[in-house]
Amino acid sequence: MTTPPAAAAPALHHHHHVSLSHMVKDSIAAGLLAALLALPLLGFHLLDSAQGLHLDTRFPLVLWAGLIVFGGRLGLSLAGAAIARRMSHQPATAAENVSAAPAKPKPIRKIAGWIMVAVALVLPFLPFSDRNLVDKATLLLIYVMLGWGLNIVVGLAGLLDLGYVAFYAVGAYSYALLSQYFGLNFWVCLPLAGLLSASFGMALGFPVLRLRGDYLAIVTLGFGEIIRVILLNWQDFTGGPNGIASIKRPSFFGLPFTAVSMDGQPSFAQFFGLDFSPDHRIIFLYYLILVLALATNLFTLRIRKLPIGRAWEALREDETACRSLGINPTKTKLSAFAIGAMFAGFAGSFFATRQGFISPESFTFIESAIILAIVVLGGMGSQIGIVLAAILLVGLPEWFRDLQLYRMLAFGGAMVLIMLWRPRGLLSSREPTIRLGDAPEAAE
Amino acid sequence: MDYFLQQLINGLTLGAIYGLIAIGYTMVYGIIGMINFAHGEIYMIGAFVSMIAFLLLGVLGITYIPLALSIVLIVAMVFTAAYGWAIERIAYRPLRGSFKLAPLISAIGVSIVLQNYVQIAQGARVKPLQPIIRGGFDLSLGNGGQHASLSYLQIIIFLLTIALMAGFTWIITRTSLGRAQRATEQDMTMASLLGVNVDRIISTTFVIGAALAAVAGLMVTLYYGVIDFYIGFIAGMKAFTAAVLGGIGSLPGAMLGGLLIGLIEAFWSGYFSIEYKDVAAFSILVLVLIFRPTGLLGRPEIEKV
Repeated sequence: MTTPPAAAAPALHHHHHVSLSHMVKDSIAAGLLAALLALPLLGFHLLDSAQGLHLDTRFPLVLWAGLIVFGGRLGLSLAGAAIARRMSHQPATAAENVSAAPAKPKPIRKIAGWIMVAVALVLPFLPFSDRNLVDKATLLLIYVMLGWGLNIVVGLAGLLDLGYVAFYAVGAYSYALLSQYFGLNFWVCLPLAGLLSASFGMALGFPVLRLRGDYLAIVTLGFGEIIRVILLNWQDFTGGPNGIASIKRPSFFGLPFTAVSMDGQPSFAQFFGLDFSPDHRIIFLYYLILVLALATNLFTLRIRKLPIGRAWEALREDETACRSLGINPTKTKLSAFAIGAMFAGFAGSFFATRQGFISPESFTFIESAIILAIVVLGGMGSQIGIVLAAILLVGLPEWFRDLQLYRMLAFGGAMVLIMLWRPRGLLSSREPTIRLGDAPEAAE
Repeated sequence: MDYFLQQLINGLTLGAIYGLIAIGYTMVYGIIGMINFAHGEIYMIGAFVSMIAFLLLGVLGITYIPLALSIVLIVAMVFTAAYGWAIERIAYRPLRGSFKLAPLISAIGVSIVLQNYVQIAQGARVKPLQPIIRGGFDLSLGNGGQHASLSYLQIIIFLLTIALMAGFTWIITRTSLGRAQRATEQDMTMASLLGVNVDRIISTTFVIGAALAAVAGLMVTLYYGVIDFYIGFIAGMKAFTAAVLGGIGSLPGAMLGGLLIGLIEAFWSGYFSIEYKDVAAFSILVLVLIFRPTGLLGRPEIEKV
């Protein structure tokens, strides 16, 4: 692909000087288009009744759609014009800000990162924390961990994986099945689940990683579906659509979270002389995923400084150059792919033990899309950006669960809008971990 | 033998539908190098518009089938093309020239929006439509007690697909629009320097792709008689598989890939298991990619440094 002419950006600036009548015309066109698009799908409603399907009309909705788009478009262009007028008084500073921005925020991000870790550490004991909050924070951390895991594949190695949830599913089902058939406990299964996911990643990656990136995307997408179809249909082994219920809950290194002692083992509360409370398990699960997530983060931060991590980043930037320098692209990509899969496997077995119940329903494509969106919105390679994106994409909608239907609509809309607003993600950090000499940053 | 014949006919029907969707993927990929993830949803919208148009014609009393079919065809193509145009304009054009994954993420967002929009607007339940075109030819050879038939609907699907493909090939190879389209595909910068309005060509590409997907949506509405807001995902994925199988960027390849995927799916469900038919299509895809990474009709890509 050659870079298309960069005509879009300068063209935008000219728009600021357009007249009001042009804006109104433009908004009317947008409103009419919205009404046209709304006409078939909002204007008519398919109703199924005993006599079969029949039609119902809702034309006011079409009118509303047109009016809202007209108003929104006009408002936006007026606001844009106002901003442009103000900016035109001080064009120089605006340009400076843009060029100075990428170099600055490093230390601030580091401090912000430590503050986040500190808040995460004390979260369950803050005065306003309750069961619900800790539970939601646990869910959020699962996505943060998955985001960090996928970041190794997408952000560092630059491989587009659209089926990451498949490895998450492999991890979850390996724990559930291993504990069901062999009675193994969580701590034994955790590494096994990671290992299994990694080997799935190897098996899938080996044939396709030597191909162009887009093919990898579609093969991983297909693989995600295959895993789900197999989980759905292999009834005897995986329970099919009913999933696997009553998965063993985790213990505190052998001490179960129960009210009374079981099988001669004292319970967690008894061992530490505490009053039994169901909150103990919730809090323990929270810290467990926090540790797992931080381990993923630490791993990523360290491996970026090792030869293999640098090879990933180099490969992302220029595969041909890497090949001429003696890096084996297939092996290097395979390692990133397998390690990313391994972390998904860890997260998966945690998910299984937290839920106590898993079914193929939890591992649909939409999950992969959410995780990928977290990584890309976070800025492809920025660890803190991923946390922010996870809070934005998973945390916020989680609080609005009552608006179930509109939640996903807003989620998709946010994905588009954030891409339009900041195509490089909220916090982009694509600059290499190391650099030779003082080579000036190439404009991206 | 009859059973085999029946699977062959069913597979080709399915393949024609996949092929029409696959053209949209392959054209967009060829011209801007982007996987238009929302294309499956475009096809779903085409199916919904067709169903609504059919019911509306029923209310208006137009029941002469050839007339009704033509009207629905045009209505579905126009509205769906408008969706395709608007999506490109809103969600993809501002991201042109941005880094590679940005349009893809935007496309995934669009896909989620459209799916939920239709779910909210039309409800989540499956929409059944009475069969509109009935009857067909009996092709049974009479041995084995099996039964093979070629329905009128299947004939219409074949004829429509062939006509569209012919018209489409004519546009691409013979008209000035097609020439500009091919030029843009080869080198966007050069084409724009030589006076091709690249933005308009890309818009047209999306419009054509969406119109063809709308026809596929219409066919599915007639063929299966049931649609819901989720049909775009799987069909879109298979159509993309078809595009890759045929060699992405190649138009005859997309049609060939579509037919192959349709046949594989029909024979697999006919002889092995229905549950695993999606697995079969993807396994074939992986095998093709291992042994012939450029697809069946794709040209090998020459990497310039």
